[in-house]
Amino acid sequence: MGIQIDSEICTGCGNCMASCPFGLIDIIDDKAHIDEGCTLCGACQEACEYDAITIEAAVETVAVDDSHRGIWVFAETKGDRIKPVSTELLSKGRELADTLGTELCAVCFGHSVRETEQLISHGADRVYLIDDAVLANHQEDVYTEQLARLIEQHRPEIVLAGATALGRSFIPRVAAILKTGLTADCTELEIDTGRRLLLQTRPAFGGNVMATIICQARRPQMATVRPRVFKKNTPDQNRKGEIINVDFNKESITSKTKILGFVEDLTEKINIEDADIIVSGGRGLDKPENFQLIEELAAVLGAAVGSSRPPVDDGWIPYSHQVGQTGKTVCPRLYIACGISGSVQHLAGMQTSDTIVAINNDPNAPIFEVATYGIVGDLFQVVPLMIKKLKS
Amino acid sequence: MNILVCLKQVPGTTQVQIDSETNTLIREGIKNIVNPFDTYALEEGVRLKEQYGGKVTAISMGPPQAEEVLREAISTGADEAVLLSDSAYAGADTLATAYTLAKAINKIGEYDLVICGRQTIDGDTAQVGPELAETLDIPVVTYVSRVEEIDSGQMRVQRMVEDGYEAIETTLPALITVVKEINTPRLPSLRGLARAKSAVIPVWNAAEIGADQNMVGRNGSATWVTRIFFPQTGRQGEILEGSPEDQTEALITRLRDGKLI
Repeated sequence: MGIQIDSEICTGCGNCMASCPFGLIDIIDDKAHIDEGCTLCGACQEACEYDAITIEAAVETVAVDDSHRGIWVFAETKGDRIKPVSTELLSKGRELADTLGTELCAVCFGHSVRETEQLISHGADRVYLIDDAVLANHQEDVYTEQLARLIEQHRPEIVLAGATALGRSFIPRVAAILKTGLTADCTELEIDTGRRLLLQTRPAFGGNVMATIICQARRPQMATVRPRVFKKNTPDQNRKGEIINVDFNKESITSKTKILGFVEDLTEKINIEDADIIVSGGRGLDKPENFQLIEELAAVLGAAVGSSRPPVDDGWIPYSHQVGQTGKTVCPRLYIACGISGSVQHLAGMQTSDTIVAINNDPNAPIFEVATYGIVGDLFQVVPLMIKKLKS
Repeated sequence: MNILVCLKQVPGTTQVQIDSETNTLIREGIKNIVNPFDTYALEEGVRLKEQYGGKVTAISMGPPQAEEVLREAISTGADEAVLLSDSAYAGADTLATAYTLAKAINKIGEYDLVICGRQTIDGDTAQVGPELAETLDIPVVTYVSRVEEIDSGQMRVQRMVEDGYEAIETTLPALITVVKEINTPRLPSLRGLARAKSAVIPVWNAAEIGADQNMVGRNGSATWVTRIFFPQTGRQGEILEGSPEDQTEALITRLRDGKLI
């Protein structure tokens, strides 16, 4: 294994044991021991006050490729519309491009796409557009091929895309073709200007810790970001940019998959991603039928119903309601968390909400650390009282 | 049908709490489990084998103890299993993992379908499936919630996207990643448990799968972790005191004052 603990130096203080996100370190006879399964993440090395832990430096097997320039945002469409996540990413992309002193480009695939100029007003210096009936649906084979081709041709240093069903499916394929790194679901992106590196921060290891990830040598550096993680900038209608219609050779398509049809899911009354107010329930509800209480409060407020992961895992409520790292990222004006302890994963999906209310009987629940207003108490008392008072 | 199912052993850490005083993990009760999404992948493989005939081979990359998840897979219907274990594999990102799995799958040879879970609960990236498909140069359909039909080298599936379901047709061989709506995994059978106990599970190192040492593990990874930290949220919130009536009243007043409701 590429990690060693110098037992001469180790005092058995236990700092490393507490720091290991996997719980793989034990103190045996006053010395730290690492179990199998270490991912060489380095958390223990940082925690060790005695420099007793050494991690074999990774050997960079490819030379640093510093010839790429520019930041690209894949601008996803839905029908003939540009999705909000695209302009959110352009807003962030603009900041990053200014820091690097480079240009920002959007790449947009679709058919009869409307309002492409908003890509420019939100920050793009150039838009590469392929507008063709073949791209009306999310034909992922074609998207993969075309995006990889354009990246190889224009050599951007950074490529950002939304962590949507589409982005999560085809962006990894593009990364695999380009043999470069891809970081999923970033919650913060920054630039190390000296090394022109994208510092990609995301919840990691089951969401218990945050990790900052770099793609040291290969280019482009690629990252996906969930919808609503970054705020949209104010569009500048006077911004100048160029829209380039990219040639698209339809005959070259070799798609092995075909979309036969689409059925819309109508069970969800209000899409939680678009909701102004969300009332969410968690494990603290104890029983599936208690979700009725959440639904009732949501109905009074005209809110959407959300959930943390455990109720979804236990089948109390469909997955489409799940808020968090593996569910949806939301940013409503008001988020009311009832009986939700607030795992890092859940927080990653809602902590940018404007106002957060937490109702939980455990005063130490992490949800209170992000709450604007906290009520330490029994949700089975507080929620019915809220419903009563709001109704009157 | 030769079906390959990829499984990962993950720490069952999603319920782990952080001690807010010391800012460290409360580690009691962490044990390793099969990535829950992979159990649906395995179940689907076994069901398809039962319907169309063939064989299910479970593959896992991990430390030696990851053999446990493969024995579990055999107890619930896998015919064979292969463990990819080598200290050279440690610290792999999704690119290096996809490469390693692809090398092993090419060594296995003939296959019609590769099934993965939609994502792991530790990494949560959902990248290895699509990256593996691309490395194998086969088509991929993600978030599959139903396999409708397999017929003469074609497969029709239903996949879940944000706002509904897509019907997709793909040629075989192909890779699918599955969501938990696809099935309910079975419990191990007595016969399965007996088979799992006696099964011989080969362990393949980097040399045995013909992998380039520079493309596996940390050295083969494009991305590295540079910093690990516990998130600091630090929103200065207000805890509303008093009886439940007082608390509720105070809350509603604040929300109304803020024109939030």
